Amino acid sequence: MATVEVTFTPLPAHVRTARLVATAVARRSGVDESLLDEVRLAVGEACSRAVEAHQRHCPAEPVRIEMTDQDQRFVVTVSDHAPTAPARPAAPATDNGIHDGAGQDHPGHDRAGHDRAGHHDTDRDGTGHDGTGHDSIGYEAIGHDGGSAFPAGFGLAVISGLAEDVRVLSTSSGVSVRMSWPSTAAAS
Amino acid sequence: MDLKLGHYNKDGIEVVDVEGEIDVYTAPRLRELLIDLVNKNNYQLVVNMEKVEFLDSTGLGVLVGGLKRVRAHDGSLDLVCTQERILKIFRITGLTKVFGIHDTVDEAIAAKKSEK
Repeated sequence: MATVEVTFTPLPAHVRTARLVATAVARRSGVDESLLDEVRLAVGEACSRAVEAHQRHCPAEPVRIEMTDQDQRFVVTVSDHAPTAPARPAAPATDNGIHDGAGQDHPGHDRAGHDRAGHHDTDRDGTGHDGTGHDSIGYEAIGHDGGSAFPAGFGLAVISGLAEDVRVLSTSSGVSVRMSWPSTAAAS
Repeated sequence: MDLKLGHYNKDGIEVVDVEGEIDVYTAPRLRELLIDLVNKNNYQLVVNMEKVEFLDSTGLGVLVGGLKRVRAHDGSLDLVCTQERILKIFRITGLTKVFGIHDTVDEAIAAKKSEK
């Protein structure tokens, strides 16, 4: 049962709206203030991804974002209806740790040293987050105006660096990106 | 306006002031500005991100694109940014190793001068 659900036509202008709503709902759900920037960024990336996929395949179809508070986690799912290439089998361990559907382990995403006060383990830069050449999920290239500077999957690589728990479900009828953050002060 | 852009020349270096949010909706404007500056033969650029409130991968892509363009002319594109929440996305993506990131515009300009 979703706490808040928003659907919006796949226009870049609406991505900010989705970010704002998600951040507001996250705050209300008790997500720590220090994590809200990550929520905002991750949700923005997921929505941007979905918008661009729709613009390419189904510009009349809305993108959906659902936000729920369950089991002391704030869960956001961004769903698109853009058909993708059939999902390939889960790739052998890749540094950014994105899995099809099931996995939430992120071997390359080391949260050790991530102090909630906002300081970051500087080893995180570069290591374990190889945004290049990641196509093991079979997504189409993410194109920006005039062509992307980054390869396909980059937005997802960024998301995986922002949320402990990211699950990507890819089917021939669309993709959903599910992300969650702890929503109580007691979470470590 | 979600994104405000301005630019001026200082010591032969074109400084771009960015204010607001750089995302999938607003990034194209920054991209166009950087292309325009390069087309007008400005190959030494400093992008001041101190008033940027939000930056996502689209924005990063625009900055990387700008960097590639000036490098094609042996130029450089450096950034001014002290905001942790903006630096975070550079770190996550490893781009702190790609861009020179400075604390102030003057420091960025001085760094460029000393490279010569």
